Amino acid sequence: MSVLEKKEEIRLLSGNEAIARGAFEAGVKVASAYPGTPSTEILENFVRYEGVYAEWAPNEKVAVEVAIGASMGGVRALATMKHVGVNVAADPIFTVSYTGVRGGLVIVTADDPELHSSQNEQDNRHYAVAAKIPMLEPSDSFEAKEFTRLAFELSEKYDTPVFLRTTTRISHAKGVVRLDAPVAPAFPPGFTSDPAKWVMLPVNGKLRHFVVEERTKALREFAESWDGNRIEWGDRSLGIITAGVSYQYVKEAFPDASVLKIGLAWPLPVRLFREFAAGVTRIVVVEELDPHLETHVKSLGIRAQGKELIPIVGELDPRIVRQAITGEAIPVRAPEAVPSRPPNLCPGCPHRGLFFALKKLKVTVTGDIGCYTLATLPPLGAMDTCICMGASIGNAHGMEKALGPDGAGKVVAVIGDSTFLHSGVTGLMNVVYNRGASTVILLDNDITAMTGAQENPATGKTLHGKPTRRTDLPALCRALGVEHVYTVNPHDMTQTEAVLRREVARPEPSVIITKAPCALLPEHRRKQRPVYEVIADLCTGCKACSRLGCPAIEWVPFTPEEATAAGKKTTQKGMARISPLLCDGCNQCPPLCKFQAILERRS
Amino acid sequence: MSVPKGDVFLAGVGGQGTLLASEVLCDAFLLSGFDVKKSEVHGMAQRGGSVTTHLRFGPKVFSPLIEPGKADLLVAFEKIEALRFAHYLRPGGAMVVNAQEIFPPSVATGQERYPQDVTERLRAVTDRLHMVDALAVALSMREVRAVNIVLVGAASHFLPLPEAAYEEAMKARLPSMIVDVNVRAFRAGRGLLRGQSIDS
Repeated sequence: MSVLEKKEEIRLLSGNEAIARGAFEAGVKVASAYPGTPSTEILENFVRYEGVYAEWAPNEKVAVEVAIGASMGGVRALATMKHVGVNVAADPIFTVSYTGVRGGLVIVTADDPELHSSQNEQDNRHYAVAAKIPMLEPSDSFEAKEFTRLAFELSEKYDTPVFLRTTTRISHAKGVVRLDAPVAPAFPPGFTSDPAKWVMLPVNGKLRHFVVEERTKALREFAESWDGNRIEWGDRSLGIITAGVSYQYVKEAFPDASVLKIGLAWPLPVRLFREFAAGVTRIVVVEELDPHLETHVKSLGIRAQGKELIPIVGELDPRIVRQAITGEAIPVRAPEAVPSRPPNLCPGCPHRGLFFALKKLKVTVTGDIGCYTLATLPPLGAMDTCICMGASIGNAHGMEKALGPDGAGKVVAVIGDSTFLHSGVTGLMNVVYNRGASTVILLDNDITAMTGAQENPATGKTLHGKPTRRTDLPALCRALGVEHVYTVNPHDMTQTEAVLRREVARPEPSVIITKAPCALLPEHRRKQRPVYEVIADLCTGCKACSRLGCPAIEWVPFTPEEATAAGKKTTQKGMARISPLLCDGCNQCPPLCKFQAILERRS
Repeated sequence: MSVPKGDVFLAGVGGQGTLLASEVLCDAFLLSGFDVKKSEVHGMAQRGGSVTTHLRFGPKVFSPLIEPGKADLLVAFEKIEALRFAHYLRPGGAMVVNAQEIFPPSVATGQERYPQDVTERLRAVTDRLHMVDALAVALSMREVRAVNIVLVGAASHFLPLPEAAYEEAMKARLPSMIVDVNVRAFRAGRGLLRGQSIDS
């Protein structure tokens, strides 16, 4: 076990931790990102290294623009995001491909096959082709660190931004990594004015396009000889072309096969593919999601199998790969039928109070990306749409215009604080400008919660943990021209419902800010909070409290005999119970009980 | 000497500390000279949903995912999570299952009952089933969050590492103020299965 000889130099790191380490070793000075699963931990880890600057940007486009600026200023720079974040950042990305860089510039795209925590499973290798930007694709944590270092070298050598693409099973899988010392920068910081390179007027852009095409040719030559693209000769009857985590599944499922492992997803080599094809009898391309390698292989006239065997939807694993290639089903015990356990809003979540009140209004709710998207699940069932970050407000406005007077007072947009600042602000500007009347509910829980509690411009703290000026959300909404801006406490559902009814009926735009901290925030958890309990003698089993869908409220079913034994009517089907381990003391459920059976626990 | 290899599948409910448990296990393997990989999912799945960790050790590990039907050991933090992922266990594999019941939404809201036959159904999967009450142990230590390390202690009987490796891993991984309680939790957990047959 050669990698384990020097214990002091090896660590077990996730792909994201390895990328952070690689960026530190590469001498990155500036990093910017918007959090997004599975990319978030890269910057959270990077910021802990000495002498670096890292920040949460309001969105991925800003993050890339910041990184480009840092590169222009002559330092190595990093921008990280989830796959759909690249859609937001695509505008600067496509043009920085033309300008090239000064300090090395790397953009991490963390894709999410299987949609573990995403709204789609797009394959961002297409971006490398479309933007003509080289893309490295590590297959484990070890390579994640090595490829990150290499990405910065390539970036400076070929004067290009470089993509580093991971998937969830790279970003969130841990593996052994060897640590190295950081490198010193090759040149001091400084910006040199060079309009032909940096000012993309059409006349300059056209000339840079020629440069980009020449660069791609040079990188294709690199792809032919770099050992990250390599043939591992084995049994010549089966040759597998693969990349990323799929390589690991292939090695597991077919340890004896010949393998062409691709580490540079773009540009792809030509001679290497031909050499491999000439050496094996049968070729199968094993890749997750789209047939990126397969299309290239087939364009060379090489006969290969790919997506006719390998699923295009979802993740792979060794078993899927083995079955697909051998064509033989591998018997395995069928999964047991058990009650499903989908993710849920936490006990004490302020969003629950809002959605409980909102559901009573029987309005259409255009939703957005965040924990609150979970309110679409029963029993709340209070969200009707969700497309992408910031979409809720534009969706509500468009629906209102489509429905005309019939839709008045029937559509409400719901968006979180961080998501609003990410890309909801322009949507709200549009509502005001175009004489809309949408009601927008801004869920301000004082954190970017879904990704695991990251700061944002409205929280008053930076990624480095330093205090900073807060974006004033009510003032921002007013500045956009919204006259009616109200703040409510969503745990107080009576007040929340009253304000909702009033504002939904108003034939003008309004913003309701539901303000209460995320129940997972340490400052909230440290607070002394009550614990509630159900007084068994008073509970009639009406289930009014169950409709909150709070994980702390459990239903204890009765048989008629048990009901009688408990001193209840034989028709009572059960009663509610509150788990003292889970109750957060938010006080949402006690007012729902007509029988006043929910009281604060006294012991 | 050949280095043993194995696949450990951890299943639980978001918030139960499966992540930290798997970190301690990984570190213990790494400190003992094994190659290790583990995979799990963060983000949306944490919010009270089912969570899993795939942990693989050996002389050289490729895939970060365990195949269904291949896990040597299933450590479940909650009873029906054991059943949900029972098909990952290899024939003859061992299960360490926390007897704790956490109601999923459909049970908590009264649409269906918590299955009453979980233990019997688990026993039909393997006769190497070890039910433990890790919550009771943690509560007796007045540290409900230690459930995860109690389970690591119980599971340690099925793994080829000396006790000291886990304690070393905890000292390296955990903030110093919680090392002591976790070492005690580990020992208490290990004590739960002491004397029981653990052979394959």
